[in-house]
Amino acid sequence: MRSTEAILQTRRLVKVFGGLRAVDGVDFTLRRGELRCLIGPNGAGKSTFFRLLAGMLRPTSGSVRFKDMDLTRLHPHQIAKVGIGIKSQLPRVYDQMTVAENVWLSANFRHGGEAASAVVDRVLQETRLSDRRDTRAAHLAHGDRQWVEIGMVLAADPELILLDEPTAGMTRAEARRTADLVREINRRASLIVVEHDMDFVRELGAAVTVLHRGAVLAEGSIDEIRGNEAVRDVYLGKRHARR
Amino acid sequence: MPYLSRAGVVLTLAALPFVLSLFQVVQLTVFMIFSLLALSLDLIWGFGGILSFGQAAFFGVGGYAYGVVGINTGLSMLALAGAAIAAAVLAALLGYFTFYGRVSDMYFAVITLTVTLILHQVMGTTADPRYAIGAARLGGYNGMTNVPSLALELPGRPALVLEPVPLFYVVAAFLLCILALCHGLVRSPFGRVLAAIREDEGRTEMLGYDVRWRKLVTFVLSGAIAGLAGGLFAGWGNFINPQVFSLSQSALVVIWVMVGGRGTLHGAIVGALVVQHLTSYLGAASVSYTSVALGLILVAIVLLFPRGLVPAVLGALMRVLARPRPAVSESP
Amino acid sequence: MDLLAVTAFGIVYGVATLVLLALGLAVIFGMMGVINLAQAEFLMLGAYTVLLASSHGASVWVGIALAPIVVGLVGIVIERTIIQFLYGRMLDTMLATWGLSLALVGIVTLLFGPTTEGIATPLGYMAIGRYSIAHYQLFVVAVALGSLALTWGLFNRTRFGLVARATMQNAGMVAGLGVNPSRIYMGTFAFGSALAGLGGAVMAPLTGVVPTFGLAFIAKIFITVIVGGPVILLGTTTAGGVLGLVESAVSYASTPIYGQVAMLVFAIVLLRLLPQGLSGFWRRGV
Repeated sequence: MRSTEAILQTRRLVKVFGGLRAVDGVDFTLRRGELRCLIGPNGAGKSTFFRLLAGMLRPTSGSVRFKDMDLTRLHPHQIAKVGIGIKSQLPRVYDQMTVAENVWLSANFRHGGEAASAVVDRVLQETRLSDRRDTRAAHLAHGDRQWVEIGMVLAADPELILLDEPTAGMTRAEARRTADLVREINRRASLIVVEHDMDFVRELGAAVTVLHRGAVLAEGSIDEIRGNEAVRDVYLGKRHARR
Repeated sequence: MPYLSRAGVVLTLAALPFVLSLFQVVQLTVFMIFSLLALSLDLIWGFGGILSFGQAAFFGVGGYAYGVVGINTGLSMLALAGAAIAAAVLAALLGYFTFYGRVSDMYFAVITLTVTLILHQVMGTTADPRYAIGAARLGGYNGMTNVPSLALELPGRPALVLEPVPLFYVVAAFLLCILALCHGLVRSPFGRVLAAIREDEGRTEMLGYDVRWRKLVTFVLSGAIAGLAGGLFAGWGNFINPQVFSLSQSALVVIWVMVGGRGTLHGAIVGALVVQHLTSYLGAASVSYTSVALGLILVAIVLLFPRGLVPAVLGALMRVLARPRPAVSESP
Repeated sequence: MDLLAVTAFGIVYGVATLVLLALGLAVIFGMMGVINLAQAEFLMLGAYTVLLASSHGASVWVGIALAPIVVGLVGIVIERTIIQFLYGRMLDTMLATWGLSLALVGIVTLLFGPTTEGIATPLGYMAIGRYSIAHYQLFVVAVALGSLALTWGLFNRTRFGLVARATMQNAGMVAGLGVNPSRIYMGTFAFGSALAGLGGAVMAPLTGVVPTFGLAFIAKIFITVIVGGPVILLGTTTAGGVLGLVESAVSYASTPIYGQVAMLVFAIVLLRLLPQGLSGFWRRGV
């Protein structure tokens, strides 16, 4: 499933806010079928970088290319059409609708009609939400609502998925299940996961990119990163308190 | 609604002309026309989540269009179609301008109110005989008073002018058909996406949906329904004047939907019927008493029953009925 | 030459009346985000204060002086009984104040009847060449400027004004400093109502005083405030200037009705182009 074709590539990506260079010339490549974790201390520029990839921010300079498409001109709603699924940090689901209806809304856009129902059933099974399909999203626990949103992303069958702290607010057990889910999804789609939770990153066992002060500090496997002096000085020296 | 109560409603409607006086039949007919107007607002507001103060504008435009087409051609059914189409065109223009311009919901409400006020002003200045479309003089503040009655025109036969009782049935049929149409729309995939737009427009856009044309279609449909109601109104009373564009008429449509509860469709109908009955009851006293009563009712509803009066009452009733009663065997 | 002067003054006068009548609503909208559709009725109550004063033998000036007090008090009552429960719910506030407006018109009609006698315009005329301008019109412009100055002074030079501006930005913090935001809202609403009372009172001799007095103005002031946006003084003045100019120009060219229509249409176009209203051009603040 691994290929050498780049599905997402940024070239000298820069974002400046007033006097702050939040993202400072990042060259980033994700190969098709790859799963990459993006980590870094607070203020490293992770969320800004994520939002640039997701089309929520326009870059000051530099480019973001998805396959052979320039993403910088697109609005967030056009990004979904192009085949990129985005899940932001705070779960944004339809509280007044049931789990099944939430997932259906996403499936209906891509498939429609009978096919949509089949997709909903499949996704609910994958995210283990079938038994709660008729529960209103407002009545779900936080972790479940995160999965509903992940389900909505999956229902659109994206080629590339961007996840921003998918385990924020989850229990250890829920985070472990999410890691399984992410690895499962990786068989069909490429993923970029921004994360603070180092246990989760370790469980994913994927390649890691470390950001610091808006630039790439190091890239490699989790073990290589842990062995990296510079990274240790900047980041891994202290444990992060979980939110 | 289960089939039993649907049949019950139809049967009741069918039987009513036989138990009511002629005056009551005529009055109930116009109340049903108002219900149609209320329904149009519930569609865009209750389901679309977009408050429009402009339904009165579409109602009025429909009424005037019916008058113009009816007086010039003598064909009632064509005039009715013209009413719906004219209102739909206005809605399309307004909707395109605002939805595709990404105007916020509050400004949208303001713009629709302003359009209604503009029409009120402009139509009031058309007293001079040169303000006419074809043979139809617009008539200024007095409006048009020679609007043809509603009639059935079948090919090869003379036009059948609708007497009060047949007219009652025709209007009731329109109301029920459009209600069914709206129910169908709401349950369709389009309607479910519309509900998503109402709840969180941004999120729905992120899923990839183009919310603009969906809002536009819903708005045009609600405009067409209001226009149709306007045409029926003009044909029912044989007149149409700028009063339909007044601030109080615009307010009234909103009051109907607020009383009946928005987002239920049949609630809007009930609201219109209840308020109009109340108004005609009070109206025997004076216009001012009616204003005061309506105004205070509106304030009370907003403060106490933001979801609508009828749902609140029904909800209270449900809670009372659902209270568990001791089993008979428990009593000594 | 005289025609030019008179026309120019006519435009200034048109803008001044618009600003004077809209300022109260601008304060309420700008400081609290409340769209008070009963504002026109506050104007009406101001006018009726003058009417009642003069029918009891007092001069017009007494009525004009009393009007802000009377309507300010009415504003306090309304804020406490209705508005304060609806903060943050803009559309609900619009609906409730709409109901209030209907009720007020009805009550005044029941108490005083649908028509009244006129009030004579005091002060006489001044000649400019072949034309004349009423001194009272100059008075109106003076009151408009005075109201602007008073509003500026209140919000920029008094302690209340400072606290009010702080509350507008962050009510929670102000509460943390020991001030009750609820009091501030009440005071601001009362001030906006008093301004409306003054505006209505001043216009009373010029327009007939009837229960529907406000209806002639509601569309104009509403639109002026919305187009002006939340920056009270500069926004409203600019909007008043632009829209007043359009209305005056078109009225001169054709009829006052078309003047009003042109103004409303122009406002719609502006709203479409400027999401923040004209306030987008000014800094946040008063």
